[in-house]
Amino acid sequence: MPAALIVDRVGDVVLGFFATAGALAVFAGRAVVEAFRPPYDFAEILRHLYQFGLRSMPLIVTAGFAIGVVLSMHTRASLERFGAEAMIPAGLAIALIRETGPLTAGLLVAGRVGAGIGAEIGAMRVTEQIDALEASAVDAFKYLVVTRVVACMVAMPVLTTMMNFSGVIGGYVSEAALSGMPWQLYFERSFMFIGFADLIPATLKTIVFGFLIAIVGSYLGFTTGGGTEGVGNASTRSVVLASILLILSNVLLVRLIFFFYPPAHG
Amino acid sequence: MKGVSTTVAPGYVPEPAPAVDECPAVDAAVRLERVSKRFGARMVLDDVTFAVPRSRAFCILGRSGTGKSVTLRHIIGLVKPDAGQVFVDGLEITALGSRGLADVRRRMGFLFQAGALFDSLTVGDNVAFPLRRHTKLPEDEIRQRAQEKLAAVGLEHEFDKMPADLSGGMRKRAGLARAMALDPAVLLVDEPSAGLDPITTREIDQLLIERKRHGTTLVVVTHNIPSARLLGDDFALLHGGKIVARGTAQDLDASDDPLVQAFMRSEGGG
Repeated sequence: MPAALIVDRVGDVVLGFFATAGALAVFAGRAVVEAFRPPYDFAEILRHLYQFGLRSMPLIVTAGFAIGVVLSMHTRASLERFGAEAMIPAGLAIALIRETGPLTAGLLVAGRVGAGIGAEIGAMRVTEQIDALEASAVDAFKYLVVTRVVACMVAMPVLTTMMNFSGVIGGYVSEAALSGMPWQLYFERSFMFIGFADLIPATLKTIVFGFLIAIVGSYLGFTTGGGTEGVGNASTRSVVLASILLILSNVLLVRLIFFFYPPAHG
Repeated sequence: MKGVSTTVAPGYVPEPAPAVDECPAVDAAVRLERVSKRFGARMVLDDVTFAVPRSRAFCILGRSGTGKSVTLRHIIGLVKPDAGQVFVDGLEITALGSRGLADVRRRMGFLFQAGALFDSLTVGDNVAFPLRRHTKLPEDEIRQRAQEKLAAVGLEHEFDKMPADLSGGMRKRAGLARAMALDPAVLLVDEPSAGLDPITTREIDQLLIERKRHGTTLVVVTHNIPSARLLGDDFALLHGGKIVARGTAQDLDASDDPLVQAFMRSEGGG
């Protein structure tokens, strides 16, 4: 392949990346501005909260429980060598609450909710429902995007808390089965070393995850073209892009949390 | 299908219609002035000018892909022209912001080609949607009005069904009920008879005629000439993004332009 052609193609990819990133940033900025402008569509937000929050609960609780069991087994395998079995509940709780819970909940919601948002809005685009909203004198952006973004941002910390809680329960079940530890002792030891800096920033960072998941799904749905194939692509790309952004943003957020709450004081 | 074929000779170049419309601007419910629109390299509308007087039915005819639906989308502000102006009730909607445009849209109804029902809502909620958004009516009155609009299109028993459970024709009728929910002053209708049986087509035509009698201005895009003859007061024939013929049904019948003749003599529906 001639060098000029390679440069052309690479240039196209780079330009396409920046064009998409720019458009996504503008879309996200608009969502933030519109979220503060009345009227507020509380009924739609509640409907999405039910869809994203309550209906994600079985997945989150099941996954959290299973992760708790597995983490407990791994923690036991490690700490047993040093005779530190008493630290298993605390180690598991810190790992869950600080990182595993928020990130796993984020990725699961990106899969379930992000794909749904991309597909639903994409289908509305190709079947002219978005145009029908506009023709009905309804601001489609506020009605479809802002309500989903707000609902997702509210749902994420709640889902993360549920995941953490079910993870701790899973850890207890595993520990009780292996060592017969009583539940009062398990929970006392679990939360012995958990402070404000462990719980609150890690849970609140998932608000950013919720924002990213809803924005990416909405953007790709809103810009869908190409019929049903386009809807499928929007759905798949929503999950992939939201997951990547979520993992990358997590690096920045953890750095930010450590800046404000240094680990030595945690 | 009986009637003359709408196929025209290759290389056919029709005579353009006069650029200036005879309807005074102040009497026009809808007015397009020298509107042009290009999608990529393709010129979809090229210097289109027409005006629709209040309480009249204006039918836009033309072959598929000649810019008829895009014309309707310009009128409700879903598409902005590259050049020219669009007026609704004397307001230049191309110069309005989102709130001003929303005010104008509240006085308009739009029936999309495939109905464009919101598939997360029931049929009844679809029709009630504009009433819930733009009126302060109590819920029982909203439901009653939605029920009346559905009854007008023969769907009174489908209130609680989801759009996915309806046939294409029923979805279209439900879309029309939604478009009429706020009793709009201007009703834009994209292919009202496409996919409908002849009896339902006639019922929809009668319903639209009834709307016109009550003062609604209709802009109808259609391929169905018998239906257009029944509904329309004025006609425009679009070809290649330009209006190539305009006038009453008699004017177009009298035209010796082969494309106009082909259209006006066809009896095809849908």
